[in-house]
Amino acid sequence: MSEVKFSKEHEWITLEGDVATIGITKHATEMLGDIVFAELPEKGSNVEKDGTAGVVESTKAASDVYTPVSGEVVDTNQAIVDDPSKINEDPEGSAWFFKLKMKDQSEMDSLMNKEEYDKFAKESAS
Amino acid sequence: MEIKKTSLNKLHQSNNAKFVEFAGYEMPIQYSKGIIEEHKFTRSHSGIFDVSHMGQLFIYGNESLTEELEKIFPLDLKNLKQNCSKYSFLMNEDAGIYDDLIITKIEEGYLIILNAACKDKDFEILSNLLDSKFKMNLDNTRSLIAIQGPKSVEILNSIVNGVDQLNFMTGNWFDSDNQKLFVTRSGYTGEDGFEISISNDKAEKFVENLIKKGAQLIGLGARDTLRLEAGLCLYGHELDINKTPVEANLRWAISKSRLSNGGFIGSKKIMNQMQDGASQIRVGIKPEGRLIAREKTKIFDDTDTQIGEITSGTFGPSVNGPIAMGYVNKEFSKVDTKILLEVRGKKHPANVCALPFYKKNYVKGVN
Repeated sequence: MSEVKFSKEHEWITLEGDVATIGITKHATEMLGDIVFAELPEKGSNVEKDGTAGVVESTKAASDVYTPVSGEVVDTNQAIVDDPSKINEDPEGSAWFFKLKMKDQSEMDSLMNKEEYDKFAKESAS
Repeated sequence: MEIKKTSLNKLHQSNNAKFVEFAGYEMPIQYSKGIIEEHKFTRSHSGIFDVSHMGQLFIYGNESLTEELEKIFPLDLKNLKQNCSKYSFLMNEDAGIYDDLIITKIEEGYLIILNAACKDKDFEILSNLLDSKFKMNLDNTRSLIAIQGPKSVEILNSIVNGVDQLNFMTGNWFDSDNQKLFVTRSGYTGEDGFEISISNDKAEKFVENLIKKGAQLIGLGARDTLRLEAGLCLYGHELDINKTPVEANLRWAISKSRLSNGGFIGSKKIMNQMQDGASQIRVGIKPEGRLIAREKTKIFDDTDTQIGEITSGTFGPSVNGPIAMGYVNKEFSKVDTKILLEVRGKKHPANVCALPFYKKNYVKGVN
């Protein structure tokens, strides 16, 4: 599995073969608060880099989830739809959102590594 | 304008509050545990809410004040006993609501608790209506602390002896630690609880004592989910200058004895609406599934005609599902009516339901 990369919209992404797994970062869940609703893209649909690919809602507000890369949705995580509190518990592990079959793996290049993202998250929070 | 802070601001900070601006005040939206845990803690134990941003208006006077206030509020104030509270409204001639409030008859006159965002305007309106005949004090030397939840009576009574003898919607002055507190058994969560008016310089120590006894600070976020589960209105959402108490389905708050003769501001409109019904009415709404429909969500019938709008919507932690309130056309206001909510461009099924979503636990018969 590839190194974890991060987007400015606070998604994380890993790549295995040509299938990317995408979720939202711990930092994102801390900003959102208790997540009580998750909507995921439909399996078989195509999503475009930086386009919306889902919604999460906390007790306070709704927020779009973006996809950091383009591709076809090959799997979604029903467990987080059934129990959205799992997203707060393990956002960068078992609470992944969806898997994409990537078209263009070079889209990964512009994303941040962990160190860059941590710095970005710290700056954007203050 | 500089943001205002309550006397508990430092205590909020040391308890890791996340702050928001609310009605010009820096207020805690939540603490480190988050809204859902704070909500559940209030329902199972005891939550402390800083509501010092709300207005505490003392109006001093005797029978002539009561007479004047009856020209303003739709209440039978002549028969209101000392230390008893009523929920009411400040309205315009069209029965549009300037503010909703709690008025308590006290020995010296009346104490009225006003919404933070409305209090200065309310003061102006009331001063004009009362023609400066009575001494009025919108007291900013006092803080207002709410303690809510089943353990609150035990916790508060261990500090302020005797509060356990209060019934719901009554109050009294109490002495504690050489200070005078005005305590009412009331609140905004659907739970048993109290609101305590206390001088600013004593508030922090008082709340620290409540925390030592096992209560916890709760933010405005959980206050909102708690009141929505209890089916209670929030000014600026369910209530505003374009809504009347009848439309808001709050006709219970209008004293029956005042309906025959009127004589209060807005009485004509209220009496008409009581007879003919209002064209739109506030209802509870339960979306099917887990989808949350928030404020301003449009409500449709099955012919694609808009029939109303959501005024508050969230996830109810104790209900464990989405809940909302809103206004619908009268013919759609019956419980179990199927409606559609437009969220992110799609229409989702929901049902009109009875309020509250969560059963209220008020204490009425202690003495």
